[in-house]
Amino acid sequence: MTAVNPVARLAAAVLLALCLVLTIDWVSATVALALELIAFAFIRMPARVFWLRTLPVWIAAPLTGVTIALYGRSGGAVYLEFAFARVSDGSITLAIATVLRVLAIGLPAVVLFVTIDPTELADGLAQRLRLPARFVLGALAGMRLISLFLEDWRSLELARRARGVADTGRIRRLGGQAFALFVLSIRRGSTLATAMEARGFGAPISRTWARESPWGAREWLVMGAGLAIGLVAITAAVLAGRWNFIVGPL
Amino acid sequence: MLLLGESGAGKSTLLRALSGVLADDEGEREGSMLVDGQHPAPGRAGLVLQDPDSQLILARVGDDVAFGCENLGVPRDETWRRVHDALEAVGLDVALDRSTSALSGGQKQRLALAGVIAMRPGLILLDEPTANLDPQGVAEVRDAVARVAHTTGATLVVVEHRVAVWHDVVDRVVVLRAGGGAVADGAPGNVLGARGAELAASGVWVPGHPPARPVRRPRPEPTLMLETRDLAIGRSRVAVHDGIDLRVTGGSTLAITGPNGAGKSTLGLTLAGLLPPVGGEVVAAGVLAGGVGRHPIAWRSRQLLTRIGTVFQQPEHQLLTSTVRAELAVGPTALGLSTSEIDARVAALLQRLQLDRLAEANPFTLSGGEKRRLSVATILATRPKVLVLDEPTFGQDSRTWSELLAVLAELVDDGTAIVAITHDLDLVDALADATVTLS
Repeated sequence: MTAVNPVARLAAAVLLALCLVLTIDWVSATVALALELIAFAFIRMPARVFWLRTLPVWIAAPLTGVTIALYGRSGGAVYLEFAFARVSDGSITLAIATVLRVLAIGLPAVVLFVTIDPTELADGLAQRLRLPARFVLGALAGMRLISLFLEDWRSLELARRARGVADTGRIRRLGGQAFALFVLSIRRGSTLATAMEARGFGAPISRTWARESPWGAREWLVMGAGLAIGLVAITAAVLAGRWNFIVGPL
Repeated sequence: MLLLGESGAGKSTLLRALSGVLADDEGEREGSMLVDGQHPAPGRAGLVLQDPDSQLILARVGDDVAFGCENLGVPRDETWRRVHDALEAVGLDVALDRSTSALSGGQKQRLALAGVIAMRPGLILLDEPTANLDPQGVAEVRDAVARVAHTTGATLVVVEHRVAVWHDVVDRVVVLRAGGGAVADGAPGNVLGARGAELAASGVWVPGHPPARPVRRPRPEPTLMLETRDLAIGRSRVAVHDGIDLRVTGGSTLAITGPNGAGKSTLGLTLAGLLPPVGGEVVAAGVLAGGVGRHPIAWRSRQLLTRIGTVFQQPEHQLLTSTVRAELAVGPTALGLSTSEIDARVAALLQRLQLDRLAEANPFTLSGGEKRRLSVATILATRPKVLVLDEPTFGQDSRTWSELLAVLAELVDDGTAIVAITHDLDLVDALADATVTLS
């Protein structure tokens, strides 16, 4: 999967998600999830990596489910009621459909994205999607500064302890610290911009690319698979009579 | 060519103008500037800046070197040929997909140089390229520059305070003065011979004109302030160094040296009670602790103030207020001192560190040397018994260097313990009573 152009992976995840956000029924989500699990088996991602990276999705999905079960649109028999919460047949069905949907959209997104290399993604966005190089490369280089900002933030924190002001007023201190980080980041950013400009970035010359952004049958296949799973899921929901268009009249 | 001059003389501005990164709407200009008979533009001249971290552009070594060629529209095959040649020329023998952030300071600067020469400029501009480096990194970069200039035949213009580093590489020295243009121009021997004393007085480090060293007074008997026992240090749970046993005594200076990335700053922050030890312990003697517990890391922020003061490598990290005067009052106010006592301390420090005319200025707008003096002054305001300084002389010209050392020597002679983390061999020579080298 790492050899597939990041733009194709991005597109596959987006196409699949677009199909799945159109409806909130349990049929389409279940079908999509089942097809995805089959697809994952072909990718051969190490089990440890898979569970570790997708952990947030596994946590977020049930939490969403509980919230919907408590506060979602109620209908049918009511099992529990207090304050604004009301657990009913309707809200439970909706909760299950939502949990399945979060998994069906979240899992492939994570699996497709974990191994994305930012440089390759930028190459793809600029060379394949023809996004402006100035914008894409500026963002790519800027991202490198994030690790420096994290170090700055730690130093700012330690320095406040050294200055004797770290015992009280944590909230107000955070404001000052954020401002200091802002000033430092502008300074670093402008140095980086100067360095890039000095290397001809933004010059009125047609830019070449040192790295190829490969695109072939494999990329179309991955995108096609994403779209196909989404379409099959929608078809199944319509055939089962569960199609529930999210923005239409219910 | 070596470009000299006091700070504010316009050295960096001249380099930026030559490199073509100054836009037409930035500031005022008169006269004309031509590079190779044409308007300055990136590609004709290449620029290497001071901060190794902020000028890395891409995540992998090969991509970073190729960046300039891509912008100039060089075809792909030719780009990679140039990348190989450039890396070889600067002597950077690492894989093309090596992470740029994993390089040492000297390697990062040679990488920046490689990125410049891959563009095949006729003019290479260097703005204090070795200021942030350890002595080994300085030599690496200087030698790489000399080799590149020799093999490519490019013209070299370097701005640097420390003349000795470049003395044997350059064949021309030009001295700039604020509002005065070029006041001297000639062979290094002639210019430095005729104007050496004057340059040294304006803050340039001229060989044969060393800055004044502090006059020392007899010191009190050394008293133990801090000691470490089988200390292991690190920023996370992982130790970058262990088995450290050292003693910090009042009335003496301990210098901590070693290459970039050896963990010197981490050791300093751990000694200062700011980072918890990964293993072992930092123990404060009774005279320092004064009844608040033996481990500095367990002290409250306010309790640190009169015990251990820390001056960070980047002064900006420890600035809190919007005027110099208020900045100096932060520590004494946290101690709960009376208003009259706070005013007296602030006034004395403003005068002692020559900050009086800047009292109402915003700390962020000060020059590098002024910021450093301010950050030292803020710590002195609460009179700590132990002072930990991270690269105190970093970015100082020879004049502010002398002033700073005079202040530090006076503190030591009065019984303060100083821990100085530094690459500056002159400082070690002038001040240190003991030296610890981390490898």
